[in-house]
Amino acid sequence: MAKTRTNIMVCGGTGCLATESDKVMKNLEVIIKARGYADEVQVIRTGCFGFCEQGPIVKIEPDNVFYVKVGPKDAKDIVDEHIVKGRRVERLLYEEPVEKEKVNKQEDMPFYKKQVRVALRNCGLINPEDIYEYVALGGYEALGKAITEMTQDQVIDIVKKSGLRGRGGGGFPTGLKWEITKKNESDVKFIICNADEGDPGAFMDRSILEGDPHSVLEAMAIGAYAIGADKGIIYIRAEYPLAISRLNTAIKQARELGLLGKNIFGTDFSFDIDLKYGAGAFVCGEETALINSCEGKRGEPNYKPPYPAEEGYWGHPTCVNNVETFANIPPIINRGPEWFASMGTEKSKGTKVFALAGKINNVGLVEVPMGITLREIIFEIGGGIPKGKRFKAVQTGGPSGGVITEEGLDTPIDYDSLLERGSMMGSGGMIIMDEDDNMVNIAKFYLEFTMDEACGRCNTGRIGTKRLYEMLHKITSGKARMADLDALKQLAYMVKDSSLCGLCQTAPNPVISTMKHFWDEYLAFIKDEGHPQGEGRYTPKNKIGMKS
Amino acid sequence: MKIKSLEELRKIREEHQEKVSLRDHGEVTGDRIEILIGMATCGISSGARETLNAFVEELKKEKIDNVKVVPVGCIGYCHSEPTVQVNVPGHKPVLYGKVKANKVHEIVEKHIKGGTPVARLELEIDFERA
Repeated sequence: MAKTRTNIMVCGGTGCLATESDKVMKNLEVIIKARGYADEVQVIRTGCFGFCEQGPIVKIEPDNVFYVKVGPKDAKDIVDEHIVKGRRVERLLYEEPVEKEKVNKQEDMPFYKKQVRVALRNCGLINPEDIYEYVALGGYEALGKAITEMTQDQVIDIVKKSGLRGRGGGGFPTGLKWEITKKNESDVKFIICNADEGDPGAFMDRSILEGDPHSVLEAMAIGAYAIGADKGIIYIRAEYPLAISRLNTAIKQARELGLLGKNIFGTDFSFDIDLKYGAGAFVCGEETALINSCEGKRGEPNYKPPYPAEEGYWGHPTCVNNVETFANIPPIINRGPEWFASMGTEKSKGTKVFALAGKINNVGLVEVPMGITLREIIFEIGGGIPKGKRFKAVQTGGPSGGVITEEGLDTPIDYDSLLERGSMMGSGGMIIMDEDDNMVNIAKFYLEFTMDEACGRCNTGRIGTKRLYEMLHKITSGKARMADLDALKQLAYMVKDSSLCGLCQTAPNPVISTMKHFWDEYLAFIKDEGHPQGEGRYTPKNKIGMKS
Repeated sequence: MKIKSLEELRKIREEHQEKVSLRDHGEVTGDRIEILIGMATCGISSGARETLNAFVEELKKEKIDNVKVVPVGCIGYCHSEPTVQVNVPGHKPVLYGKVKANKVHEIVEKHIKGGTPVARLELEIDFERA
């Protein structure tokens, strides 16, 4: 039997599945079989390539040819032209919006330049449903090294030295979190993976779980060893069915190989992972609310302290880390903390995945070293603003962040520089707005979201966000006066200062930052009758905001 | 089977390396011959596309089916475009320069079928791949 000479990688991420990549895959398989190439050509379903704008994506290896927008009917051409005759199918190659030049190799596309893929290292390269492909690329070696050759403190020390900070948004040093959890004495400890990704426009965690689930399992086992836990939980939203099914497959395969379960690698260390499904409440991404939800209680945050590291899941010390944070752990163990710390800025090390959305040419995922500027991300990697429109602002950090305007485009991005600018890193969603967008409406959109998602535990969160939304609604309806703007500002700071958890402490950020940068747009709603700017009157999708 | 040590894990890794090394590095396995054609902008403007099509036609005409034609990027030999590299398993890769479509017949006849490289068209490879 001939050996496999060519792999056809079809993106099986949710974005591409929605545009019928499963049919593309089926057609490819049928045609390849019909042409008698079934022995030599393998069709593989991979995770997200991060280039969803151009989906479905098909990549041919080892030729390294990258096809975009492949429909089910294109399968025949790919097989007959490319596989049989060795000719590329020109019309399916990626066309760069700026220069209209066909680019076929992944590395040549500007979208993939300037990028260093650490967390996304295997996404789009391996079959996520085959543990052996992960192992072949060095998978589970970090776990083996950690538990057979290192002490718990050595592992923690490596993570501390790497400078890795939590990728879920807060940016708390991961090594320190592990150290604190380890120091708290208890027979039972837990490690939890926070896969409750809820920011509008952010989907890196889903891509990692769909494209490379084993990297998260491996990292959780490493973390569990370091803090002394023997039980792990992945808290994942039920809206991610594909990620859930891939995780279940991965967990099953890891158990079969003894990489989860009792006496891993022949040592005394035992560890297993369960999934818990979330119902999609945004607040459950907050760690204490997440733990409450895991326990079957209402998803509401607790007062901190005590922190979960002291009293977490069922009162035991618990360490909660984000998916992307975990995905960075195996390379740090394998390649050393110095390698990881060599990337990034002084206080923010390594790389960060950003999800580009909104008015931008290359919608998708990018992974760049910290310290790169917003201008590089938006205009070089992202390909700029469509239809020659002018850039207006970018919202980083989802509903918890703020807008950054033209003047902030050249600041190097890290946790601290974004905070200084009144925004935040958040989980890495970036929504780009052009000259047509009205910023008051943008602020209102985000407030509508946080108002809905506020859990109701604290007064300022429950009532404050609603009043903020009502004031914004009054403004955009043209009924507000100058005094309302003052009241809006005052209430925004009040909610920020007195809310219980991160959700509502950051909820007013879109209001505060748009008022700071786009005061004239607020004024225009008050001074001009029949305000002409932007998308005009905003109609809320949700009736709750209308009645009061 | 449960993995009981780091050595066992590494053994499994080696056993499955081939699956991904093909994808990652394009290594040649089995009796398949590969023809790599430099298809960067410089190559295409010098006629690499015609060369590629000529190879495909020629191979079809001669009914040779163990050869795969692969378009690749530029190797920086702009003075000698189009460049063509022939990889025969077990032999050092041979790099040809200035391979216009009219030279294709000769390469297929002498090198692919006869096994002797066409010395007249050969270029020296003066770099190493990492």
